[in-house]
Amino acid sequence: MGETITEKILARAAGKRSVEAGEFIEAEVDLAMSHDNTFLVSKIFREIREKNMVWNPDRVVVVLDHRSPANSIKTAEMHKDIRGFVEIHHIKNFYDVGEGICHQVVSEKGFVYPGMLIVGTDSHTTTYGAFGAFATGIGATDMAMVWSTGRLWLKVPKTLRFNISGKPGRYVMARDIILHIISRVGVDGANYRSCEFYGDTIKGMSIDGRMCIANQAVEMGVKAAIIPPDKKTFDYLKSRVHGLFKSVYADDDAVYEKNFDFDISDLEPQVACPHKIDNVKPISRVVGLDVDQAVLGSCTNGRLEDIAIAAEILKGKTISKNVRMIVSPASRSVYLQCIEYGYIQILMKAGAVLVNPGCGPCLGIHQGVIASGERVVSSTSRNFRGRMGSPDAEIYLASPATVAASALRGKITDPREI
Amino acid sequence: MIIKGKAIKYGNDVNTDVILPGRYLHLTDPEEMVKHVLEDLDPDFLKKFHIGDVVVAGRNFGCGSSREQAVMCLKYAGVGCIVAKSFARIFYRNAINQGLPVVESPDAADIIDSGDELEIDINEGFIVDKTKNLRFSFHPIPGFIKKILEAGGLIPRLKKLGEE
Repeated sequence: MGETITEKILARAAGKRSVEAGEFIEAEVDLAMSHDNTFLVSKIFREIREKNMVWNPDRVVVVLDHRSPANSIKTAEMHKDIRGFVEIHHIKNFYDVGEGICHQVVSEKGFVYPGMLIVGTDSHTTTYGAFGAFATGIGATDMAMVWSTGRLWLKVPKTLRFNISGKPGRYVMARDIILHIISRVGVDGANYRSCEFYGDTIKGMSIDGRMCIANQAVEMGVKAAIIPPDKKTFDYLKSRVHGLFKSVYADDDAVYEKNFDFDISDLEPQVACPHKIDNVKPISRVVGLDVDQAVLGSCTNGRLEDIAIAAEILKGKTISKNVRMIVSPASRSVYLQCIEYGYIQILMKAGAVLVNPGCGPCLGIHQGVIASGERVVSSTSRNFRGRMGSPDAEIYLASPATVAASALRGKITDPREI
Repeated sequence: MIIKGKAIKYGNDVNTDVILPGRYLHLTDPEEMVKHVLEDLDPDFLKKFHIGDVVVAGRNFGCGSSREQAVMCLKYAGVGCIVAKSFARIFYRNAINQGLPVVESPDAADIIDSGDELEIDINEGFIVDKTKNLRFSFHPIPGFIKKILEAGGLIPRLKKLGEE
């Protein structure tokens, strides 16, 4: 019987010839990523054994991104503790404040390649599936176990296959496509499943777009979201990954629990309305709603192509005086490229506030917290009540193009009208 | 392992942001965390709640972030058990690792109302709604998970194994 990418990666990680969906395995982890919650992980890790040492410091990556730079004395103390921890444990893959959002940094620095089993203490760890890896989010206790033993028990998930076809229209982005998919599948429609994405739309998509798809797939409950590697993947990895890797592909007769077919040729920009990500409407049904804040950034949509499209829309223009526009490029590298291409200058002149790379406003802690009764249009990851500040605020999630167009007009705007 | 308490019921897709909002993730003191449990979903939760009470909910409980603090604050508050139609996968794992019993029972989650007196037998796999005089069974929890729950979480369980 043929196998999916998911089954092949997990079999290899478990040291077995093959695995079946539903089977419990103990797998060897190739990479363990954590961010500011390294503080909690290290606290639990020290509880296991007093003089516990990390099983393999080279396979551990720590990125400070959630409250970066520190927003309070409490956070500063936590960051200080983490810096001490990585030093004691010889974790040289440590990226301090300002380097960027963990998923972007870990990908850019060449830690990710096809066929890997990656765990991270962040639900959006699924992002690495854009490079053909099996990557999943875990909690702090599980990560403390991984740090101790390099291993983790997993249940092999069933695999869903998504076939996406059609050429997206002008200003229709990866974010619109994945929001549309989430609306059809539902926020728990793929719970405990692995998803594999195929079709000419995915093939035609940039790496930035693929990362957005794999990132947002977790909003359907997935354990992992995998895009098979191709020339675009290899071109991206060429200058970053040193060493050999073996790409993993599904067999032609692989068994999927279910197939989903989407034709996105006529898809219009999509907007996820409060307070659930599957509450998605075509933009034509929400245009005209006034907005107080527009946010461009996050691990979902803070990459070069996202900021490029916003710059294209806002070039030579000024955003509405009623809107605060906050832009956070996903990493130092993305920020530098945006400077080089002149995007930052365009956005600053248009009236945007540029903040440093990090999770920033997506977490509702600093860099643009929203007040009660306010409405925000945002390219960030989630629209849960209270996510970006007051629980009495409304979050509308949309593509970077829609966010930029809405900032310009001061109300939710179809970017195709600009 | 038997849990006795009153039901406090919520709907589908109770996410980690409403269980413990991001603005409180810097808290490490259990007492401080408990003050904000479920704050954005139900500001009156702590007024209704007594130690040992059972949170009952619909589908996909704990969806969203991987933050283990969402489980920790429920546990620190003294929630006896969570009964739901289904759980989001990271939350489910975190709950077991923290020693907070989680039970999937679509029927029970449908029929139980807030205020019902419940008795949950984790070993035998059933819930009794004493108010309605109904009994619901669920798939018994595997032995190794029961041992983690009895020890109060994965780390206490490991320590116990080390001592044995």
